[in-house]
Amino acid sequence: MSSESLRIVWIYPDLLSTYGDRGNALILARRARQRGMPVEVLEVRSDQQLPATADIYLVGGGEDGPQALGAQRLLADGGLHRAVAQGSVVFGVCAGYQLLGTSFFAKGVQCRGLELLDLQSDRGESRAVGELAGEIDPRLGLPPLTGFENHGGRTHLGPEVSPLARVTAGVGNNGATEGAWRGKLLGTYSHGPALARNPALADLLLRWATGAHQLPPLDDTWSDRLRNERRSAVAAARA
Amino acid sequence: MPLRAKVASSVSRTAAALSRAAGRGDGSVIGGWIGLKIDPDLLAHLSAGRAIALVSGTNGKTTTTRLTSAAVGVLGRVATNSFGANMPSGHTSALAKAGSTPYAVLEVDEHYLAQVLEATEPHVVALLNLSRDQLDRAKEVAMMAQLWRAALVRHTNVRVVANADDPLVVWAATPPGDPARGINPPHVTWFSAGQRWHDDSWVCPECGSTIQRSGGQWWCTGCPLRRPEPQWVVEDEGVLDPTGAWHKVSLQLPGKVNLGNAATALAVAAEFGVRPVDAVSRLGIVTSVAGRYAQVDKDGRNIRLLLAKNPASWLEAFDMADDAPTLLSINARDPDGLDTSWLYDVDFSPLRGRQVLITGDRAFDLAVRLDVNDVPFQHVRTFGDALRSVPPGRLEVIANYTAFQDIRAELDRVI
Repeated sequence: MSSESLRIVWIYPDLLSTYGDRGNALILARRARQRGMPVEVLEVRSDQQLPATADIYLVGGGEDGPQALGAQRLLADGGLHRAVAQGSVVFGVCAGYQLLGTSFFAKGVQCRGLELLDLQSDRGESRAVGELAGEIDPRLGLPPLTGFENHGGRTHLGPEVSPLARVTAGVGNNGATEGAWRGKLLGTYSHGPALARNPALADLLLRWATGAHQLPPLDDTWSDRLRNERRSAVAAARA
Repeated sequence: MPLRAKVASSVSRTAAALSRAAGRGDGSVIGGWIGLKIDPDLLAHLSAGRAIALVSGTNGKTTTTRLTSAAVGVLGRVATNSFGANMPSGHTSALAKAGSTPYAVLEVDEHYLAQVLEATEPHVVALLNLSRDQLDRAKEVAMMAQLWRAALVRHTNVRVVANADDPLVVWAATPPGDPARGINPPHVTWFSAGQRWHDDSWVCPECGSTIQRSGGQWWCTGCPLRRPEPQWVVEDEGVLDPTGAWHKVSLQLPGKVNLGNAATALAVAAEFGVRPVDAVSRLGIVTSVAGRYAQVDKDGRNIRLLLAKNPASWLEAFDMADDAPTLLSINARDPDGLDTSWLYDVDFSPLRGRQVLITGDRAFDLAVRLDVNDVPFQHVRTFGDALRSVPPGRLEVIANYTAFQDIRAELDRVI
């Protein structure tokens, strides 16, 4: 951690907050506080400068126009690149995941991404809308991914990143893999929000940010019920 | 009316009556659907000869339609789709059922506004607001504004009554004209009903720059788009009209949002020549709208039903609800939208300190949300369990669309 408190930055909520993206910041902050860590959540709007010294950066989803604008402003700002160079954690969702790559499509135009992850996104033939589930990369040691996806993109991973998960329901990147990660950077198509549906993923980001190998367990009764219920719903839909 | 349309209209009425008799619904859609199969132009035929107002937007359209019907009723009989059946089949049913009326006030699903403008050639269209709602199937919010704007370009003779507080609505209502071809932009009357929800309009729909807000005003930092001066304004417990006269509005419907809906209704009625002073007392006769705001007494509990479909309307519901035990019910079936992520766009902290019960298909999503929000709650499996869990007195029920209908069915389809 860079200072006495864990600093979480929610990047451009004015542009990139399509559907419950605030939830990821809320869940992270709560799970850190429950472990006794002091937490500071900064909402940085697109007309403000991005601090380069936070521990975790969250990039949410957005419509095409705001996505393109968000990427432009992040490139011009440079703060996120400096933060990554210093070892900060970045978590991107949907449009926020795509713009971490080298390029993406918005309003039919190819846009330059931040080139923080080796991946590029283009348009699929149809929108991917529905429950998304997958088995997460065993090296991350997490239970299965669950979420809700709603995107028109298809994402092609380069050799420098690993897929976050192997898809068991839904589309994700391309029907086979979902999301990507490298170092302390991780992206996913999952809404839900992702960290509400996958508290273990939230804890992974907290461990990356703090360097802790383990965090004290929390009472996840309701999250567990939610996860079980969603898993049954996906299984029932398939049967 | 052509013979084909007469037959279609008659069959439509019969089917609606059959549907109601069979207990398969309130008949507000099926009749129109069959009628349109027989005569695809039936809606246009049924609209001919009527002075029509359309009401569209993400939130408040059912209530505003009901209030507007009451206000326009000063002039004569009004046909309306009062059950919230707001697509062309519902409009067709409503007009067929009403028979010949001089006026019609129709609630229109925002996706169908262009089509219904075309079919009904209304005198006036009211544009309430645009915010995120069921993004898994609905069009993105900015795209909806674009569709409205494109539709209004083709109907420049329609009178528009629009919300000055919503940047997306203002932009949609002011398409550029084409003076060279004799096309003038539509005439707009602005109302101000306040806007609690801002999170879909931080970016200018015209130029992409940031929208700034201060003290009720808003303006784009990159182009001339800014809040127009409204002619109709909510002030205290009443409405200021364009002449500056203030009219006390006594509604039976709760909340500031319904005062805004009343202002809109008066503004629309004024486009038909109704004086607000004549219409204002009629607004007080509206007690509930398709079950919304309905109060039902059961087992010593006074149950009040509030519908909240999306983040903006949840904020309004908290504003309306009394400090009393509250049941929240969430489903995610097709009409609700399948994605429950929006729960995190709503701040539930106003419920702290109240007894909160949760139920519905997606109660566990709500449980996780309330947990993070530090709102203690109790999960109940059924509406009956909820009733038994609260003391006698008021029980506020806030539910999204199909959850609301489920509870309404338990209470014998209260209207």
